[in-house]
Amino acid sequence: MALASERLAQPRTAASAEERTGALDGGIKILAYAVLVFVAFLMFVPFLYSIGTSLKTTAEANTLRFSNLFWPENPTSRAYDVIRDTDIGLWFLNSTLVAVVWVVARAIFGAMAGYAFARMTFPGKNIVFLMILSTLMIPSMVTIIPKFMILRELGLLNGYGALTVPFLTDAFGIFLMKQFFESIPKELEEAARVDGASRYRMFLQIILPNAMPAVTALAIFSFQGSWNAFLEPLIFVSNADRYTLPLGLATLKNSYYTDFPVVMAGAVITTLPIALFYLFFQRFFIEGSTSSGIKG
Amino acid sequence: MATLAGHRGRRSKNPLAVEDAIAGWVFILPAVTIFVMFIFGPILYAFYTSFFDRSTLGNRNEYVGTANYREILFDNPDFWQAFRNTTWFTIGVVPTQTAIGLILAVLANRKIRGKTFFRTAFYFPSISSSVVISVIFLWMYQRNGLIDFAVTKLGFPRPEPVWMNNPNGVVGSFLGLFGWDNVPAWLEGPSVALLSIMMLNIWTTAGTMMVIFLAGLQDVPGDVYEAASLDGASRWRQFRDITVPLIRPVTLFVTTVGMIGTFQVFDQIFVMTSDGGPNRTTTTMAYLIYQETFKYGSGLGYGSAMAMLLFALILGLFLLQRRLVGQNAL
Repeated sequence: MALASERLAQPRTAASAEERTGALDGGIKILAYAVLVFVAFLMFVPFLYSIGTSLKTTAEANTLRFSNLFWPENPTSRAYDVIRDTDIGLWFLNSTLVAVVWVVARAIFGAMAGYAFARMTFPGKNIVFLMILSTLMIPSMVTIIPKFMILRELGLLNGYGALTVPFLTDAFGIFLMKQFFESIPKELEEAARVDGASRYRMFLQIILPNAMPAVTALAIFSFQGSWNAFLEPLIFVSNADRYTLPLGLATLKNSYYTDFPVVMAGAVITTLPIALFYLFFQRFFIEGSTSSGIKG
Repeated sequence: MATLAGHRGRRSKNPLAVEDAIAGWVFILPAVTIFVMFIFGPILYAFYTSFFDRSTLGNRNEYVGTANYREILFDNPDFWQAFRNTTWFTIGVVPTQTAIGLILAVLANRKIRGKTFFRTAFYFPSISSSVVISVIFLWMYQRNGLIDFAVTKLGFPRPEPVWMNNPNGVVGSFLGLFGWDNVPAWLEGPSVALLSIMMLNIWTTAGTMMVIFLAGLQDVPGDVYEAASLDGASRWRQFRDITVPLIRPVTLFVTTVGMIGTFQVFDQIFVMTSDGGPNRTTTTMAYLIYQETFKYGSGLGYGSAMAMLLFALILGLFLLQRRLVGQNAL
């Protein structure tokens, strides 16, 4: 990495040390590549294996050879034909409906709260923000029992309300929006202020249109959170016609335990939408996670 | 310019402050309502409920003082078994995924081709559904499945009984190799079944940790390394004496997030095991709370008390870790 000119400027002993690291560098680089490629391969193996299995007959799925590890010798769509007769279409629809509510609500409420915390001064601001942030470390198992009781009191148990209402906002989203609003120039608002705009108009007409990158990131995170949510739907919903995909997949596993290609087909169908989203928006996924590190 | 700004500021500051005092609360009201109803309220409610004997349907509700806590701590061996399982899980998973994440990040933190590809690949498991990953791994761990295939082709023996049905403690079995039989229960270690889930967890999270470390490494100034290599410091010394100390806050963050995660492992247990078995060796604390409350009918009060204990444990660990690694970092 050292420049040639730098090397010339060094005393002799230092130069030879540099050369040694230079040679070492090449070795390390190859080793680094080898490790990274190997680990990347390991990351894909389970997914490749599930796709391969979903295209196998039950008999072939149970006899592994090098030649059919990831791709069947006799590909068949049987597993997908079988799964079409289950409720998976309904679960997919439920997951989609729930995701839309999560995404829209979290984007709006997160942007509102984030803006207030970033730019306004009001009584109790700091303590409220800290309290919200501290909820990031509260395990969902700790609050699930009282949530269950509250939802029952509200008559929301077993319905779409239970799958959406408790999740209309999230601490991470508020944090993300606050960080973003702190980074945009104050001049934008000051211009509007001169025109006599209220905070509400300012937010709607100036702030929100300029916050689209952050709102997109938040929307993607919300989609991921809702698509993968499992514990809460499991506790809050007991009738199969309100199941979301993960819940459905977990029951599918029980009913098709001896016919795993069907379960793997379910896994593929569940993963496909999120995988496509990830391919298109991976920048948002990764940048969001590095500012939070919280897995949804 | 300065006077103009100052003038404008003075004139508009007061009305703005008054407006914001109200508008601020209007803006945060929807979020705060949800938080109060579904997080802060529930925590207080759970604490309150933990002093009651309350059936799941709510028709029995009777104040019992600290009876639930006493029963859990002194009269429920499952709780301590779950505590042991969760502790092994954390001890096995958190350091491993942190180390792997750091190593991968250091390897990828150089001018190499395909950096974006590696980041994308390593992060992919983190965005996938835990249920999807669990059913896939469950399938891979079947007898004659992909893991068995790999293990036998590499010349190792397959565990008997099969992975997810194997209750043998791995630490105990290891010590047995040296002739130490009758290992006490607390030293048996995680069962092969729990170890299988731990490996799944490391596989899922190592990539996330790598991505976070990679972001942290960007902030380490390059000229520090240049100066060190001019002084003849080896790669290893640079890593040990520059990289590791400088990214300490990131490490604290990563291990904290990791611990909060391992202390609430649930989905994998639910999907991959038959009710926390074999022999309860995969029953984690989160899973036990679910079992006691929603399957065994021990009541909402009993479950809440257990949830409070889990919460206290996580909080305690968090504070302890902050003290050990150095505060102000998080």
